[in-house]
Order: sequence, then C-alpha cells, then structure tokens
Amino acid sequence: MTNSTEKETTPSSLSSVAAAAASKKKQSTGAQGVGLEARGIHAWFGDKLVLEDISLDFWSGTVTALIGPSGCGKSTFIRTLNRMHEFIPGAAMAGEVLLNGRDVYESGTDVTKIRLKVGMVFQKPNPFPSMTIADNVLAGLKLAQLKVPNKDDLLEECLLRAGLWSEVKDRLSAYGGSLSGGQQQRLCIARSLAVRPEILLMDEPCSALDPGSTLRIEETISELSSSMTIIIVTHNMQQAARVSDYTGFFLSDGGPGQLVEVGATSDIFSRPKDIRTENYVTGRFG
Amino acid sequence: MTIAPNRSTSLPARRELSNKPRLSDRVFRGVATGGGLSSLVILGLIFIFLANQGYQVLKSEGFGFITGSNWLVVQDNAGITDLAASEFGIAAMLVGTLLCATIAVIIAIPISVLCALYLTFYAPQVIKRIMVALIDLMAAFPSILFGMWGFFVLMPHAEYWARLLHKYFGWLPFFKMDVDIFERSPFVAGVVLATMIIPIITSISREIFSQTPLDRIQAAYALGSTRWAMIKAVVIPYGRSGVVGGAMLGLGRAMGETVAVYTVLNLVYQINWQVLIGAGGNMASMILLKFGEAGPTEIQALMAAGLALFILTLIVNSIANIIVSKTGSKGR
Repeated sequence: MTNSTEKETTPSSLSSVAAAAASKKKQSTGAQGVGLEARGIHAWFGDKLVLEDISLDFWSGTVTALIGPSGCGKSTFIRTLNRMHEFIPGAAMAGEVLLNGRDVYESGTDVTKIRLKVGMVFQKPNPFPSMTIADNVLAGLKLAQLKVPNKDDLLEECLLRAGLWSEVKDRLSAYGGSLSGGQQQRLCIARSLAVRPEILLMDEPCSALDPGSTLRIEETISELSSSMTIIIVTHNMQQAARVSDYTGFFLSDGGPGQLVEVGATSDIFSRPKDIRTENYVTGRFG
Repeated sequence: MTIAPNRSTSLPARRELSNKPRLSDRVFRGVATGGGLSSLVILGLIFIFLANQGYQVLKSEGFGFITGSNWLVVQDNAGITDLAASEFGIAAMLVGTLLCATIAVIIAIPISVLCALYLTFYAPQVIKRIMVALIDLMAAFPSILFGMWGFFVLMPHAEYWARLLHKYFGWLPFFKMDVDIFERSPFVAGVVLATMIIPIITSISREIFSQTPLDRIQAAYALGSTRWAMIKAVVIPYGRSGVVGGAMLGLGRAMGETVAVYTVLNLVYQINWQVLIGAGGNMASMILLKFGEAGPTEIQALMAAGLALFILTLIVNSIANIIVSKTGSKGR
C-alpha cells in the first residue's frame, strides 16, 4: 500500500489519501481545546533570522503535520516548542509558547519539566547504546528522577503503544543498538511515552527508515493520536496526508521561514488557498 | 533464463581478491610502515641493550633481584666489585614505584574527571579557552619544576593532610604509623605526581567527553533530564574507556617519573606499605641516585633495574589495554 501511493504524486491522489484518512477518523479526534499554542515565534542562529512570526495552535488529541522544503525552518520551529532550540550555540528566539496557557519561556521555569510534558522523537533513531531495551524505555524515569509503582507494567504498556512489544518481548535485556533502524525508532517512541508527555514532537521520524518501518510508525502515530497531541515534521507529503488532521505549510523565499498556510489536512491537499501551497503539494517545486 | 541459483550444482571456487595499487600509494605505504616499525625497533633495541648489560647481575642474583631489598656493593682491596658477595635487590623499589603511582592516580582521577566535565559542560567559553590552554601547558611542564614546588610548597601542606589521614583513618593498615616521620613519604610523592598527571588525564578526558554524540545528549535532554543525570547516563558511559586510557597514560608517566620524585621521597631499601611514613622506593629515582658514583658492576645492576622498570611498565600498560578494550565496547 505504501509503495503504490508513493509512486503517484498527482494532486488528486494526495487529496484522496487525505480525504480517506479524514473519513477514517470520522471526526473522532478528541479536539478538547488548544494544548499548545505558538505565538509570534521568531528564531535566530547568530545574526541570521531563520523563522519569522509563526503563530500556530495545536489542538489536544490531534496530529498536526508540518510540511515544506528543506531549510524552511520546520525543525527549528518544533525545537522551540520544547526548548531544545537553545542548545545550539548562538540560537535565540522571540515570541511565546503556551503550554496549557503558561509560557514555557517564562523566567523561573524549570526547563526539564517542560520537556517532560513535551516529548520529542528525532530524525535519526538515537537509543542509548549502553542500555538494554528495557532500560532504554525506562531511561526517562531515571533521567528525570520520576517514581512509578510498577515499572514492568509501564515497560510493557509503552512498548505496546509504540508497536514494538511483540518483536522485543523475549529479548528485553538485549542492547538497544542490536535492533534494526525501524525498531530503534519505535524504541525511541516508547522511550518518549514512558514519561507520559501530553505532546509529542516528531522531527522527520521516518526519514531514515524503509517503507515497511515507516508504515509501522504511521500506525503507531494513529494509535497514539487518540490520547495525545502529536506534531510531526515530514518531507513526505503522502505521510502528512495519511497521518495528520491538520497541516501547516512552511516556506522560505531565501529569507526566514514563514508559515504560508495552515488548515485541515484534506483542505490543504485538495483545495489550498495559497498558490504556493498548491504548487508545493502538487509537486511543482520543492 | 533462471534467476534462482541451482543449489544442486557445486559452488564455484572463491576468487582471490587482489589489488594493484599505484606507485604513489605503494611509496606512501612503505613510508608509513617504516614509521610504524621504527618505534617498535627502538623499543626492541632498548630492551636488548638493557638485557645485555644487566645479564651478568641478573644471572648472579637470580630471583633475589626482584624479591630481595638489599643494595650492597662489596669491593675487594683492589677496588674491584665482588659480584658474588654483593647484593642487588629491587623489591622495595618496585613496590615503592607502584605505590607512589597508584596514590597519584587515585588522587588525580576524580579531580581530572570533574575538571574535564566542568570544562566540557559548564564552563563559559572564555574560561574554557583559557583553562584548556593552561592545562595543555601544564601537561608539558618540566617535572623538576613540579618537584621543586612540591618540595618547598606542597610538602608542608601534604604533611598536615597526612597527619589528618593518620588521625582519622589510622586504623587502616596502610595509614598506620610506627614512627613519627611524615616528611618525604610515598604519600607526599604521590600528591606531587598527582599534580603532574592531572593535566594529562584532564586533557584526554575532556577530549573524549566533548566527542559524546550530540544526538544522545539531546535524547536525554528531550526526556526531561537534568544536566547531571544526562552526564551520568550518556557522557560517562561513552567516555569511560577514554578516562581509563588517560589514567593509564598518567600511571605510566607517574611510574617513570624520576626527578620530581627524587626531590620529595626518602629512598629506603626496605619494603614499606605504610604510605604516610617517610620511607619509600622508586626505581627511576634510585637509578638516578646511584648512577653518578656507581662502578662498572653496579652500573650493570642499575641496567638490570632499568630492565625491570621496562617490563613493569609493559605489564601495567598491557593490563591497561585489556581494561580499556573491556570497558570500551559498552556504551559506545
């Protein structure tokens, strides 16, 4: 199925994928309100402005895909949401990120608590190689000094939700690096889930994976979306069409990245309002 | 046309894989091989020289050379050394060498690791740059300067620390004191050696810590980790083998150190495990001490002692390599 859709890039096929995905969800997305709100986000690396005035609401219990050509600031944007942006030397930002109404950049905020609520899965699978599969999943508890009553239950639950349990349940004490790339990425998802984040950021989680693993992770995303807010950066428009409820299109015309358009995924792919969006989703550039 | 191989037929013989490199590549290969072998050749020549020179004494002393502790040169009336009557034993020096170096490494490792962690993860850029330059300078400092500073400045303080150690930990066998001599003890020598090897271990540890893969560091932070927890879970497992390697390099330097130890250690020809007492041993310092006034036979004995130091260093380094390869694979 993955292969057949990926071969076609005609607009009609994309919008039909999005429409099919939307109908499958049947408005079942538990949009209970805004979980995360970005207000006027600007970002700099040194003197270079790379993001200009991004404002976006992320509704609880939905999947939002961020698409756009390389270098348009999608990754930078989601890294501002859990304050990972500031790790890069020379990085600066302006604007507000409201998590349940509170600005995560407010002075006196414990950054580690923000990152517990806003988890992240990276482009390249990055399990801790010195830890076993089980220790990897539970690593967050140790790192953030959390206590849970039953670690074994949590371990099983997280691996089940990440769609990895059946593949690893007999070798939980093997090292994380012994898994395949796709399995490692699902292990990283399980690891993020163990600290029970409200929001999960995924920065091109499938870009290093084969189509089969990609499909598994997309299924995982669909299963997770009922209980949490997911924001996924992807270069793969079919993926955006398949997994997301909302899509935001980023673009940089050589200057800072901007948010061109945001809306329901089916709208973005079938009747975009902006001509640049239409050109991009129909494959005329990018 | 069949694509699936026919398993019933026998497999072809495996082809020999050969390659004919260009001339430039072959020349460079020769140069590199020569460079690589030269260190081995030099090491071998030193070994042969020492063994050849020390052979007479080793033959006469037998096992007593490394188990005995007496150093007695007996000369007849004509001033010729009587090899059979003389006694050459280096047990005290061997033990002393290991003792001083071990003390140095035990003191230096925690300080160096903390220093390297501070420089890599906490220090502001300006301080970091200055300190890295200073530490590299310190690593290349002449050891006599450490020795002089140790003698005039550190020793009075180290004596006070030694008294404290004795007062509170005197019940430990190696902190026991039978006589009240705190000066020029293995402990003091170990402290001076520690100051010498801290820059080496710091430098290597910092290098390895700074190579910790960024994606693992970010993974830890993205899970809500504190910096300390991240260091414990990611940086230390990654850098452990490098720290051990640096420590072993420091240990090697501490074992071979001559001048600095010579200024701050009482050489006594008796095995002494009580590190606070002013009586210790050190191979290199002993060779230096005896060399000036030694006759031909005693020189040979010193060569044999040199051979023993050579082999001791080799053994310690081999053990270190095994430790590094054992700790290396995990966490990488």
